[in-house]
Amino acid sequence: MTGPMDDIDRRIINHLQGGFPICERPFREAADELGLEEEALIRRIGRLLEEGYLSRFGPMYHAERLGGGLSLCAMAVPEEKFDQVAERVNAFPEVAHNYARDHKLNMWFVLATETPERIDQVLEEIEAATGYKVYNMPKREEFYVGLRFEL
Amino acid sequence: MVLSDADNALIKAIQGGLPLVPRPWAEVARQVGLEEDQVIERVRALQEAGIIKRFGIVVRHHELGYHANAMVVWDVPDDRVEQVGEALGRQRCVTLCYRRPRRLPHWPYNLFCMIHGKSRERVLDYIDQITEELGLQEIPKEVLFSGRRFKQRGARYR
Repeated sequence: MTGPMDDIDRRIINHLQGGFPICERPFREAADELGLEEEALIRRIGRLLEEGYLSRFGPMYHAERLGGGLSLCAMAVPEEKFDQVAERVNAFPEVAHNYARDHKLNMWFVLATETPERIDQVLEEIEAATGYKVYNMPKREEFYVGLRFEL
Repeated sequence: MVLSDADNALIKAIQGGLPLVPRPWAEVARQVGLEEDQVIERVRALQEAGIIKRFGIVVRHHELGYHANAMVVWDVPDDRVEQVGEALGRQRCVTLCYRRPRRLPHWPYNLFCMIHGKSRERVLDYIDQITEELGLQEIPKEVLFSGRRFKQRGARYR
C-alpha cells in the first residue's frame, strides 16, 4: 500500500458500490455524476486496484443462477495442525476464500463449484485429504442488505 | 434464462474485471468476437436476469481500515427466523445476512450475519446496539471474529 486515499477516492468508492452504468462510455457517465473527468476516474480506479484498496472492478455473479454450486463450510482443526490443513484445503481450486475464526469450528471457507453436484464431491475430497469432518452450511435464504461501506 | 456460448464467453471474459479504458465494452467485444452494442445488450440481459447481481467495485475491507470482521450467528426459533433475518439485513453495519442449516449437536445456529468495523470494540458495540434495538436478548448467539485470512479471490466460473 503506498499512497493514502483522498476525499475524491472515497467519493468514488461510495458511489460505485451502488453500481456502474452499462453503456458505451460508462466511465464518462459515472464521472459526470461524480463531477470528475472521465480520464481522472479511470486513472483513480486503476490506482485503487493497484494499491489494493479494491480487489476487483467488475461483475458480481449469482453463482446458483449461473448453474454453479456455492456453500459455506467449516472444520474443527487442532491448533498444531492448522497450517498444514489450511494448505491442503486451499490447494483445492474450488475454495474461494478461507478464514480462521475463533471458535471450536475454527476454519471457515467458501466453496464455489461449476455444478451444484460438485459441492458434495469436493467436500468428500477435502475430508479425505485432511482427515477432518467438513460441516456444510449452504445458504437457505438470503436477506436483503444494502452491501455498502460508507467511507 | 438459457445462456448461449457467447454469453458464457462474455461471463468468462469479464470475471476478472472490466478493462479500464473509455470504451470497455468495445475491448471486451474484440476479445469475444462480438460487436460492442451486442455485448452491452447481453450484459444488460444478464443483469436483468439476475445472473450479474451487481456491477461495480469490490472493496477490500481490511485495506480500507475495516480491520475487524465478525460473523455473528444466532439460534433463532424457526418461526421467527424470517422476521429476524429481515430486521438484521436492514441494519447499516450488517453486510450479509443468510439463513443456513443447523448442524446439531455441534452447531445450533441458523442465522448468519457479517458485521465489519474499524476495531473489535466497535463491532461489539454494533452487536450490542442491534441486540437491544431488535429485542434479541433472549436469542442465543456467538460472535466469531476472523483471524488470519488465508485465501481471498473471487469465485471463478467456467
